[in-house]
Amino acid sequence: MKAVYFAWVRERIGKAEEEIDPPPEVATVADLIGWLSARDEGYAHAFENPKTIRAALDRAHVKPDAKLSGAREIAFFPPMTGG
Amino acid sequence: MAISVQREDFDAAAEARALTQGRADVGAVVTFVGLCRDEGGALAALEIEHYPGMAEAEIARVVEEARDRWPLIGLRIIHRFGEIRPGEQIVMVATASTHRGAAFAAAEFLMDYMKTRAPFWKRARRVDGTSEGWVEAKDTDDASAARWNA
Repeated sequence: MKAVYFAWVRERIGKAEEEIDPPPEVATVADLIGWLSARDEGYAHAFENPKTIRAALDRAHVKPDAKLSGAREIAFFPPMTGG
Repeated sequence: MAISVQREDFDAAAEARALTQGRADVGAVVTFVGLCRDEGGALAALEIEHYPGMAEAEIARVVEEARDRWPLIGLRIIHRFGEIRPGEQIVMVATASTHRGAAFAAAEFLMDYMKTRAPFWKRARRVDGTSEGWVEAKDTDDASAARWNA
């Protein structure tokens, strides 16, 4: 699946998007955050405080317990500050 | 019920006028325009990042909720991204209805929900050349959005 990152999540990870291929046991958004955090310091820094992370699956907001199954795109970003 | 996410500035008066053009059933138009403040002279510019595709989709979902709650005849939303300087327009919401109550309430609801749900992020750049970093989300914005579910 494609992963996209915005604002300081993008800056900490050091890229705007990438293809990821998590193993089957990574079933939910929260699982994926844990799996990505183990990659390196940048990911760990981006995801260090789960309360400040928002996620979207196929461009719709989801909660951490949302299932990844079938989604083509996941996005991680901080709380929104538009308007 | 048009939604635009764009880099360019917009003519809020012309956009609001277009909502009533050629029709006589509109009794009320409410237009809100959000502007970039200079923060007492300290702010040089805002950089607004967005999630292309989702920004439009999420605003459309917020619009559907507004239409479920109020009888709207017309609606126009524009949200800019990119560099925006103090005094420039960032966002506009215009609502048209038969009566003012629906137009006022829907405009406020749309702004409250857009602020907390539409995927935009502001970064502040100061006049002294330093970056203030990413603007933090405010609990007061969450509270403003939550009151519609009270």
